[in-house]
Amino acid sequence: MTTLPLSVRIGIVCVATAAIAALAAFGDQTMLRFASRIAIMGLAAVAVDVVLGYAGLVSLGHAAFFGLGAYVTGALALMGHTEGLIVWPIAVGTAALAALIIGALALRTSGVYFIMITLAFAQMFYYGANAVPGLGGADGFRLPSRSTLGGLPLDNPRAFFVLSAFILVAVLLFARRASFAAFGYALQAARDDDVRSAASGIENYRLRLAAFAISGAIAGLAGVLSANLTLYIAPSSVLSWHLSAELLVMVILGMAGTLYGAVVGAAIFLALVEVISHYTDFWAMYVGIAVIARVLLIRDGLLVTLRRLVTA
Amino acid sequence: MTTPLLRTRGVCKRLGGLLVSDGISIEVMPGELHAIIGPNGAGKTTLLNQIGGQLIPTAGTIVFDGVDVTSMSVQDRARLGIGRTFQVPRVFQSFSAADNPAVGVLGRKPHTFGLWTPVRRLTDCASQARAALSAVGVEDKGDARAELLSHGDRRLVEIATALAGKPRLLLLDEPMAGLGRDESLRMSALLKTMKGGAAIVMVEHDMDAVFSLADTVTVLAHGKVIASGRPEDIRTNPQVRSSYLGADDDA
Repeated sequence: MTTLPLSVRIGIVCVATAAIAALAAFGDQTMLRFASRIAIMGLAAVAVDVVLGYAGLVSLGHAAFFGLGAYVTGALALMGHTEGLIVWPIAVGTAALAALIIGALALRTSGVYFIMITLAFAQMFYYGANAVPGLGGADGFRLPSRSTLGGLPLDNPRAFFVLSAFILVAVLLFARRASFAAFGYALQAARDDDVRSAASGIENYRLRLAAFAISGAIAGLAGVLSANLTLYIAPSSVLSWHLSAELLVMVILGMAGTLYGAVVGAAIFLALVEVISHYTDFWAMYVGIAVIARVLLIRDGLLVTLRRLVTA
Repeated sequence: MTTPLLRTRGVCKRLGGLLVSDGISIEVMPGELHAIIGPNGAGKTTLLNQIGGQLIPTAGTIVFDGVDVTSMSVQDRARLGIGRTFQVPRVFQSFSAADNPAVGVLGRKPHTFGLWTPVRRLTDCASQARAALSAVGVEDKGDARAELLSHGDRRLVEIATALAGKPRLLLLDEPMAGLGRDESLRMSALLKTMKGGAAIVMVEHDMDAVFSLADTVTVLAHGKVIASGRPEDIRTNPQVRSSYLGADDDA
């Protein structure tokens, strides 16, 4: 159970608030778009951290939930349904339901089998989406328009960024809160030692399943936002297993089991890719080096280490 | 005559070709400390696992407080009042010592899906966890991370976690194992204070502890009960002496 020192927590809140406010006030179109992407991928990384950091399970299938959120939003938009207050709950609910079903089967296994089963299910969705001609098949499709939220349009990049940031912060605070409540305690107890937790009456399987479904819902919400940001959906962009793996990398970069570490990791990952891909096509190699450096050199996670450097 | 809290009837467990439990029938009275002794490989931990639910018997029945628990899940048994500790202490490593028994308190309810109120602010939960910690005498280490505790302290924290579940029957698998001289004495004293509360079934190799603490001693060998009775009778039982205690050992 990771509790950061109060000074670090206050620092994070100040920096995050300042960054969001500054971007919302002064960001240009490109910056707002990039910041929205960080918020959305950060949200998806938080979803992965719920499962990885708190349940101790490596899921290589979260692209399925992200992609479902995006595809349901896109498919409904094609049919002319764009009201977010109706479409978004349907998309998120679909992702959660898929997570519930996949989780119910995958959670009967553990370790490497869990990884392979989550990957296998996600690949089924990937190839399934490739085979639906009405949704553009492998080429994907363009959304006719963005969702509206209670009738208000989201076409203004500033408004869209503020909404994405607000959703991210709200989910983050809620998940953080839940991690210290009975649910979070029991889930982490099962992660630390599931034989001990069972002997104390903790229903490991049901807890993990609930966590997996919640995680799927959060990833689905990120997918909804992603579809609205890019207005373009293809299996290779929202359902590919690369996405699942990148989300894991983000969580590990920032530090698993802290939730906001996932957001920090997403920001660093996307910034690295953005910068390095200007110079070379082999950006993945440099991101790989960054991950190795992070794991070997900064074992307590970036934030705790930064604080140590500052106070030392 | 009071009815037994726990009764096993002809419990058999086959693991591969081996009959690890071979028709074990024991009875444990409420509040009793029932020690199970026997040489390595006698099936002591296997028996404990079948009472706790970590293993399901191949044949036979286990009745706890009038309820047939033979094939009940570990969690349901825990909520019915069967708590336990393990041979190698199991703790929640990333939790503080005080948060370990808090999990034991949470597990008493079938649903631990509270998403909002922090566990440390669930007053009854926090206070019961603290109480369990001081019952085993490690309240001063409450804030330490469990993974940083000594072997002996981990064992105490695990007992606190089991006690926090308010068991009526507590299964202790070698509570003295790996403890130093002072720690063993401390554990003995602790077990003495716990007597008369929950009934205890204890697997143990420390004969001093067994014969000073137990109300009943059951001797297992090759998966069978070879003797069961009061400590003074077991000590002088010729069959037990030859098979386990050693003929010239005054234990």
